[in-house]
Amino acid sequence: MAKELLKGNEAMAEAAIRAGVEAYFGYPITPQTELLEWMARRMPELGRVFIQAESEVATINMVYGAACTGARVMSSSSSPGASLMMEGMSYIAGTEIPCVLIDVMRGGPGLGNIAPSQGDYNQVVHGGGHGDYHPIVLGPATVQEAIDLTILAFDLAEKYRTIAIVMADGNVGQIMEPAELPPMREVHRASPSWALTGAQGRERRILTSIYLDPYEEEITNRRLQSRWLEIRAKEVRFRAYHLEDAEIVVVAFGTAGRVSLSAVRAARAEGLKAGLFRPVTLSPFPYEELAALADRAKAFLVVEMNAGQMLEDVRLATRERVPVGFYGRMGGVVPFPDEVLSEVHRMAQGGAGDAGDVRAKWLERLAQAPN
Amino acid sequence: MVATAMETLVYRRPTSLTEVPTHYCPGCTHGVAHRLIAEILDEMGLRERTIGVAPVGCAVFAYNYFNFDFAEAAHGRAPAMATGIKRLLPDRIVFTYQGDGDLASIGMAEILHAAARGEAITVIFINNTNYGMTGGQMAPTTLPGQKTTSTPNGRDVKLAGFPIRMAEVLATLEGASYVVRRSLHDPKNIRLAKKALRVAFETQRQGLGFSMVELLSTCPTNWGLTPLEALRWLEENMIPAFPLGDYKVAPAVAGLAK
Amino acid sequence: MPVRGRVGIDERFCKGCELCIAVCPQKVLTLDRETLTSKGYHPVKLTSEVGCTGCALCAVVCPEAAITVYREAVRAAAVTS
Repeated sequence: MAKELLKGNEAMAEAAIRAGVEAYFGYPITPQTELLEWMARRMPELGRVFIQAESEVATINMVYGAACTGARVMSSSSSPGASLMMEGMSYIAGTEIPCVLIDVMRGGPGLGNIAPSQGDYNQVVHGGGHGDYHPIVLGPATVQEAIDLTILAFDLAEKYRTIAIVMADGNVGQIMEPAELPPMREVHRASPSWALTGAQGRERRILTSIYLDPYEEEITNRRLQSRWLEIRAKEVRFRAYHLEDAEIVVVAFGTAGRVSLSAVRAARAEGLKAGLFRPVTLSPFPYEELAALADRAKAFLVVEMNAGQMLEDVRLATRERVPVGFYGRMGGVVPFPDEVLSEVHRMAQGGAGDAGDVRAKWLERLAQAPN
Repeated sequence: MVATAMETLVYRRPTSLTEVPTHYCPGCTHGVAHRLIAEILDEMGLRERTIGVAPVGCAVFAYNYFNFDFAEAAHGRAPAMATGIKRLLPDRIVFTYQGDGDLASIGMAEILHAAARGEAITVIFINNTNYGMTGGQMAPTTLPGQKTTSTPNGRDVKLAGFPIRMAEVLATLEGASYVVRRSLHDPKNIRLAKKALRVAFETQRQGLGFSMVELLSTCPTNWGLTPLEALRWLEENMIPAFPLGDYKVAPAVAGLAK
Repeated sequence: MPVRGRVGIDERFCKGCELCIAVCPQKVLTLDRETLTSKGYHPVKLTSEVGCTGCALCAVVCPEAAITVYREAVRAAAVTS
């Protein structure tokens, strides 16, 4: 199929349709409303289910019910709506059924604003809802990647009976870029052995997340954890740029990753041995790959559009055997390549001024910055 | 002609119930409601096509007692969950079974909007004027002056407001097709309740839209009464506050409801 | 001749709530205080073999679906000539 100029939100919506999504439930929230509106037009055209629900709470519970039937189902939202979906996500995870969610992140906390951020990392990557569960989280940096990861999300969710979340910053949802959509896949109503379809000619089935006996609940949790270990072993994805001989490794995902790539290329042009490690799966997180890089890099620089959330996972991965610096913009502010480049310079000079609390030093630098 | 006498079976436990003894308190009319639903699904031959959605409340384990597919919803979210199921499987019979807190408190948005959308599901609403499972706290249906564990001096309307009449509220929605209130406190009313439940499930089976049957029910344990005293309390106190009747009967359903 | 009936009370389910006892028009149901079910309830039993008419009001009010109701049927049998 040919490349078209596509808006991220609409591309993700159409990608889901091409992947055979049977039901979309959503609620308007900037900056992802275009996704809902695309679905409102396309799903009825194709005879599939679309509902604009009364809230994100209702949305995630419609997803929950629909997922019980074994169909491919999804929702999308942005940060405040994602918060509302946390209860439902915990229930879906506890029931061990698949679904796909798209979170297009905006400035926060609270009502925040509609500008792009990466502030949902902790709540989405590390669970967010109560209890022990790990969704698969995919972080696209381009519209093409958003398409590809949306389709991958459905396959992974079904394969592992888990929640798969495409976690895009608002920029990826809003930009328009040339990208290619795959051909339409036929809707194939899977009939898994656990699905609720009416007990015709078979034993009845129950789908629940309540296990009143703690020992039984623990068995369920062990199953969830084992499944997670398998996902961790098999589904890590990342992109590596100029890492073969990199001394300064920038670690960034999504739009921060794209901006950092420009900075890394500029640094290379100056003769600095910089490289970019861009996680594509934030969950499972590429701990091992980063740990291996810590053996040969001189320093890491984590760049995020938040106050340092993935930073903690990078610290954990590298055990800070070498300095791990941090640069972040918050509240919907998107960093520019020149900002990241001057951070790369700083790390190349031994991470000047980073002794002590990395965050405190970073905040001081932010305070002194011109904008 | 010779007359011979043999026994005929007049009534037996419905097959849509499992053989699991319930955890409900002795005399609790949850059991009656369960039994009526099971009898109706047996009579209509719908067991194998039915998917139930259980609430959070005393009936959280309802799925242990019904012999068909069941899902467990988050508190109050059953109508949204049922919506998801029914939209994907429109030819199945999907019902929710909810108590006062589940439907009229935390789930108020979900029930209103499911009815407003005219979702072709059936909702069975068990109104016993308190939160039974958690030990008898105030519910949106608690009567003024009624003592509960969170209104130990009786519900003070100045602080805690007035009860909500859900059948009346939902009947204002154009999307609702059949909204009625019945009671389970004596055989005559139980029979009328069964008829209403039958109309509700017929409404769904014939694709005629959203149905809800509110069933006035007892909670002997949390009311501090014997099962028999509880039936009388319901009759004397709840029926004046929650009048029985048909609050919404869409023209298409009227023929079924005769 | 009044119709004769009979009920069976399933002790797996009966909780001795006494709703059936109150509703029985023939007053032929009572708590069996000599017996405890496995859950520790006194189940209900018929007071005697006569009196029950198989009206099934007990089954209508029973929250546990514990009651099976039988009724004696008077049938005409064809005479073969």
